[in-house]
Parts: sequence; C-alpha cells; structure tokens
Amino acid sequence: MARLNINGKVHDIKVEPDTPLLWAIREHAGLTGTKYGCGVAQCGACSVHLNGDVVRSCSVPVRNLKPTDRIVTIEALSADSSHPVQKAWLAIDVPQCGYCQSGQIMAASALLHKNPNPTDKDIDDAMTNICRCGTYQRIRTAVHMAASMMPAAAATQAAPAAKPARAKSRA
Amino acid sequence: MTTIDNKSRSPKSPSLKSSSLQSASRRKFIVSTAAAGGGFALGLHLPFAAAAGAPAGTEVNAWVVVFPDDTCAVRIARSEMGQGTLTGLAQLVAEELECDWKKIATEMPTAGQNLAQKRVWGEMGTGGSRGIRTSEDYVRRGGAAARMMLLQAAADDWKVPVGEVTVSEGVITHAASNRTTSYGKVAAAAARLTPPDPKSIKLKDPRDWKIAGKGLKRLDTAEKLNGSLVYAIDMKLPGMLCAAVKASPVFGGKLISYDDKKIAKMPGIKRVVKVNDRTVAVVADTWWRAKKGLDALPIVWDEGPNASRNSATIAAQLKEGLDAPNAYAFRKEGDALAAIAGAAKKVEAVYSTPFLAHACMEPMNCTAKITANRGEVWVPTQNAEAALAALSEESGLPLAQCEVYKHTLGGGFGRRGGSQDYVRQAVAIAKQFPGTPIKMIWTREEDMAHDFFRPISQCKAVAGLDANNKLVGFHMRVSGQSINAFNNSQSLADGKDDRQLQGFTDKPGDAQLGYTFPALLLEYSMRNTHVPVGPWRGVNTNQNGFYMECFIDEVAKAAGADPLEFRRGLMQNHPKHLAVLNAVAEKAEWTKPLPEGMFRGIAQFMGYGSYSAAVAEVSLVDGKVKVHRMVLGVNCGHAVNPEQIAAQVQGSVAMGLSAAFFGDCTVEQGRMTRLNFDTNPVLRLADMPRVETVIVPTYDFWGGVGEPTICVVTPSVMNAVSAATGKPVRSLPLRDSKLV
Repeated sequence: MARLNINGKVHDIKVEPDTPLLWAIREHAGLTGTKYGCGVAQCGACSVHLNGDVVRSCSVPVRNLKPTDRIVTIEALSADSSHPVQKAWLAIDVPQCGYCQSGQIMAASALLHKNPNPTDKDIDDAMTNICRCGTYQRIRTAVHMAASMMPAAAATQAAPAAKPARAKSRA
Repeated sequence: MTTIDNKSRSPKSPSLKSSSLQSASRRKFIVSTAAAGGGFALGLHLPFAAAAGAPAGTEVNAWVVVFPDDTCAVRIARSEMGQGTLTGLAQLVAEELECDWKKIATEMPTAGQNLAQKRVWGEMGTGGSRGIRTSEDYVRRGGAAARMMLLQAAADDWKVPVGEVTVSEGVITHAASNRTTSYGKVAAAAARLTPPDPKSIKLKDPRDWKIAGKGLKRLDTAEKLNGSLVYAIDMKLPGMLCAAVKASPVFGGKLISYDDKKIAKMPGIKRVVKVNDRTVAVVADTWWRAKKGLDALPIVWDEGPNASRNSATIAAQLKEGLDAPNAYAFRKEGDALAAIAGAAKKVEAVYSTPFLAHACMEPMNCTAKITANRGEVWVPTQNAEAALAALSEESGLPLAQCEVYKHTLGGGFGRRGGSQDYVRQAVAIAKQFPGTPIKMIWTREEDMAHDFFRPISQCKAVAGLDANNKLVGFHMRVSGQSINAFNNSQSLADGKDDRQLQGFTDKPGDAQLGYTFPALLLEYSMRNTHVPVGPWRGVNTNQNGFYMECFIDEVAKAAGADPLEFRRGLMQNHPKHLAVLNAVAEKAEWTKPLPEGMFRGIAQFMGYGSYSAAVAEVSLVDGKVKVHRMVLGVNCGHAVNPEQIAAQVQGSVAMGLSAAFFGDCTVEQGRMTRLNFDTNPVLRLADMPRVETVIVPTYDFWGGVGEPTICVVTPSVMNAVSAATGKPVRSLPLRDSKLV
C-alpha cells in the first residue's frame, strides 16, 4: 500500500513497495500520459515532477515516497495546456510521434522553474531525454520560446494543484 | 460493422484528430458518420464522448465527411507514426475539396472497414516513404470529387448551371444571384448524387496550391502536449489483464519448459502461458507484476546451434564474401577490373556497418481480445492490413470477424511494418483467455533483443586513376545479409538481391546512382546470418550511401581533387542529383574558408524517389567529434508541407547520427548483448547539430520524404571527420574509433 499525492489528489494505491512510481501512476492512478520507454532512467519518457524537481519515475520505488511528496504528471502541468512550455511546443510544432514529449515537457518545465532564462549549454545539460524521431532542434527552440513566455509568477509555480487536465476537459 | 462504444474511456479506434486546442469543443458535436444511404458507420474516436445525440456527419464519398457545422473530416488510411503523413494527406484532400482548413478534422478507417469496402481507401501500409507519394493521386481525386458533388448539389438547389457556382473555404457562392451556402448545408444532397468519374477529374496544378504546399501546423499536436493522446500502450479495457513476454534470447532457440509454481504466489499473477515454440508470457493484473513474475520465472531454453555465433564469426563470414568467387554482378559496364589493373594509381578501402535496432520510443505492444467468433487488436502498426491478416491467422478466425484498431505509433522506422510479430504474440496469449482483453507490452530489453535489425554488411571498393588523376575504373562489392532472403529465403537462393544494392541502380526514378563511371562493376555477396533483419529507416541506402560517398571522397583525395568538384565531374548525366548537391554546396558556402579547427564534408545519394545531399561542419573537441551544422538538401518533387519535410530532415539527422556515432547491436553466444539505452546509446539533444533544410522541388515527380535524407547524414559527417583527422572512417560506429 502506498499513499501518493498525485496532481493534488491523494491516492491510496495497493502496490508492493518496490513498484516504480511510473507503474503506480499508469496502472493504479490511471494516468497514462507518463510513458514507459526504458525502465532504467535512461530515456526520460517517464519524467514527472517530484516536489518541483524532475525525476524519472521508472526508477523511483513508491517506498521512497512520502504522502506529503507532491507528484505532478503531464496531465496536471496546466489545466488547459496553457503552461508556457506547452504553448511553445504547440507554436513550434515540436512533436513528431509524441511518445517522449510528456517527458520532454516535464523536463523543460522543471528546467525553466529553476532557470527561467537558460543558455544553450543549460539546455544541453538539462534536456537529456531521448527522442528517437529527432525533435531536438525544435525542443531547443521551444525551450527558448517558453522562457520568453514565462511570466515571473508562473516561473516559480511549476507544480500547480489544479485538477488533472483530463478531468477538466471531460467535464 | 464496427462502431465505437462512446461510453468507453478507452477509444477503440484513435481516429478523429483536430487542428488545435480550441477544436476540442467542436469535436463534441461529432459522434458518428453514418454514410448517406449506405448505413456504413465509420469507427470514430471521440475523446470527448459525452455528445450522444449530436448531429451526424454526411459521407460525401469515401474520403470526405461533412458535418452540419461545416467541419470536413478527411479519411486517412495510412499510419501516423510521427512522420506527418496524416497532416500532409489532409492538406492534399482539402486542397481539392476547397474547404476551410480551420474546420478540418481527420478520421482513420480500420483495416476491417477497408476490407469490407473492397479497399476503397487503398493500401494502408505505411513504409518505404510511400504514404503520400503513392496515394496523392487518388486522395486528391477524392477531394475533388467531393467538391464537385457539393457544388452540384448547391447548383441543383438554386437551379443554376454548376459552372456559375464558385467555392472558397467551404462557402459556395452564386454571384449572379448573390446567394451563398456552405458545405454543411448541401452535404446530404451531395451524397445522393452520382459521383463523377475519377478519371475525368482535372486536378489543380501544384503551383496553384493554397493549402497543400504550405508549411501548415500539424493536425495532431495538441493531444501530444497534455498526455491525452491514447497510444496503444495506454489501452484500458474492462477486465483487461497484462502480459510480459520473453522469447528465446538466442535467435532460433526453443522454449523447453518453465516452472510456473515458482511465481504462482507472487502478487497479481494469473497464469504463465506458452506463446509459441520459442516464447513464454506471464499474465497478471498489472503489467509491472507480470514483468516481475517473468523476471523471477525459471525458464529452460534449447538454445540450438546458433548459440555458437557471435559478432566475430559473423564478421568473418562477411569478410569472406568480399573476395569470394561467384558474387552477383549487379552492374557491369565496361571492364572495370581491367581498367583498374592497368591504372596508374589504385585506391582501395574496406568498410563495415553493424546491425542496428530501431528502438522506437514506444516499445512493441498490442492489446488483443479474442472470443469464439471475434478477434480484435489495438495496436501501433505501420500496416493495419498486415495486422489484420496476422490476427486472423493466429486466432483462426475469418478476416471478416477480425478488426484492427490502429493507434498513433510511438515511432515506427520500419519496425512495425511487415512482420507484426508482436500482434501474433498478443493474439496467441489472448486466445488462452477467451473474452478477456490482454495487453502485452515488451520491455525495452525484449525490444532490443528481438528486433528485425538493420542488416549487417561490409564493402570492398577499388578505383583506378590514370596518370592525370582521371577515374578509369570503379569496382564495389557489398557483402552482407539480405532482408528479402530473410523474409523469403527460397526466392533468393541465387543471391541476386537488387534490394541490397539500393541506391546503386542505373534505372532512374527510385534509387539511382548519380555517377557515371568509365567502367563499373557493382557486386553483391549474399551472406545471411541467423539474426532477423528488416527495413530500418532508409534501409540499404544507409550502408550503401556510406560506402559510396566515403569512398568517392577517398578517391577524390587520391586524385588531389576537391570532393565537390570531383563529384560534379562524374554527375553530368544526372542533373537532378547534381542540382541538389549544388544547392547544399551553395547554402553551406562550400568554397568559403571555415574558421580554424572546423572541417567540412559533403555527400549526395538517392532513395525513395527523392534526391538528397548534405554538407556537414565538424570540429574535434578534446579528440572527440562535434557536429556543429548540417545543411541538407532534398528534391522530393512536390513539397506538400515544407515544415514537415524540415522536421523529417532534422529527424533523419538525429537518427543518422545516432547510428553513426553509437549504434551497434553486438552478438555473443547467439544473442544480442546490448539491450537498453545505457549500452546501446542514441543521440541526445546536446549532440544535435543545427540543421538547415534546403527544399528544391522540381514539380515533375512525387518522391518520398521520411527516409531519403538519412543516407547522406553519415557520409557527409564522416567525410568531415576524415578532413579533420586526416584518416578515413571506414567502420561504424564512430565510438569504436574513440572519436565520440
């Protein structure tokens, strides 16, 4: 059993303690925007925010998490895809197949939360997620664009307590 | 006929896409598309499914469905795996339809529907960069026919000659009487008209395009930004169980036994099942528990004779083919061997390229539900019809009782086209759980262990130069594995496999060699291994482009010539190849000196009906290669969406560099040894160069886009590396040379 705060909602999840957060999110909380890509923290498709930091959820066992830890997934990055990173990704038409993009967006939003105006080198160092379609050039452009769109307040608010986007949009 | 259970959270068919975040509300009004008269309802994906009772659309013809709010849904038969074909095809239909692009939507027919409709949507398979170029004609005719019917319906209603009626962005006007109407209003009447003969339709001159030919935004981006797009791996069905699978690590090995009692008490485990003679699956309530069970399951394999094979034995097998007698002479023009023997100077080199994995970001997966009289799969596939056939064969159910719900693929690159092995596996498991949906997911390790790998090959090249450094003879032999032989070994018993010489043909149109040599011998030694092989983005143009273009540079260097000028001298009979080469040379300012420490390389090659060329700029940083800038040129005939072409070019650079720098699937004891991104790395953002795309369409043919440019990435970069180090790169990947 694990008590997890995912997207502002408390989930009591019946899993073994060694279950990776990724699979708790996907198979128990039912949020499938966070993806499985490698299982060994290499590709970053499973990236989520943990207390504002980006983590690779495939390699975080739920036993390491406290009920007070704030976990935010792509579904709750914003209520309506209005986070500057999402807006920039749309404007630049970043995704190809899109499978890695949840993780890319979570990594980029965490970067901008800590560093609102990253250099190319900062982006190189922070954006280590794998994209096999090769959208890297557009990711770089979109991170810069998102930085220019980040209002001062939003830049410090990477972990909103909003309802999941899915719930909102289906209402 | 399949219709969608709109109450299900999980779409049976991920079909309807719209163009923007704002379009979500519009989708609420779209529920089903009952065909006018025919009662044919297309499986529609409705993410916002609460709209029961909303107005239906009208199927004007197979390609176009018009809704009362003037939304036009375009039917897309090809798979979307990131390459943008969905948007490009919609642009082509919309161009002829003359609808309002802001009100465009798309639907994906299923394979079962295509079969039931006598393949009205044509071929669904999406590979070989054919998605647009081999369907552009009939989809444009479909759009044009729908437009003609819609205009005729308005003219009939107004009792005026159709020639007096015009349309712009879906608004029909009769200027003389100052009347207007819209597609949504006349669609029902239009659908009752006799369609025009498609052959009689005159399509627009592409130079007059307003929607096609423009770098419009993709139609499928919004759902990829908030986690809402349901990939097949995200399927949820009532009562669904999950499966993890393991096939014999040694190719050709057999499953002997497993001890399911050892894991029976682990949480969530339902059953361990044999999938086929070489594969076992653990089925559990969640995938993670299934995977844990599989990891703990004692399995006994018969590894068979292939367990003695490894990378060294395979390399030796290929090397033998470089000089063996009886190679297949693919092209023999003049007496190249004699010309080389009598030449003043001889240039010789041996190259090699490894097996490569596709490593699609979304691992292989398939959800299957099998009952006594119906089989269904939810799957990322490049070929829904092949998936349907695999489902039917594996389940034993007739095709008409099977259905394939194709999801957006999390990458394809050729892996999910022909074989549908993962569909067969999921069906074989689900058969053992009648009525229960089974979601099977491969681990990344299984994915890299059981790919259909890019075939391994070696190449020996020899050229002769006369006393004036003029090329007099050219001999190249490729020794390696054949994809066609793997797929059908009987058909190629004689070793004459032209496909392995892709890019070397003299025939114009598809993959023509851009050079004319005074004497030429091009040969192939088929040397098949026990490793399964298949098409990998660009297929054999990758290896052959590397061999040809790096060797041409070596010959140019031996002749003391500039690599660009040397190529130009051989390309006078191939003006289209030359034009693209010239375009990149101009854009990259080939003749302008680079800053200290920067080096250039150039390459050109052809595949998939399109002409490609590249210039790379590299430096060495602490002895390691850094690619700074790449200029890629492509003539794909018509450029349906220049922005998406640029995206494909950028993607081909990333995938090409991944292969050139790191890609190498090594074999030990008969099995693959590098099974995840830690040991089999791929390119990341920090190593991505700045890519500039030069599109030079000549409007006189239709070429591919997804694959053609990847084959010039590696040779242009390796030629630049060679310029930097003074030593040619003859073996890939570069990490073996400690240069990355």
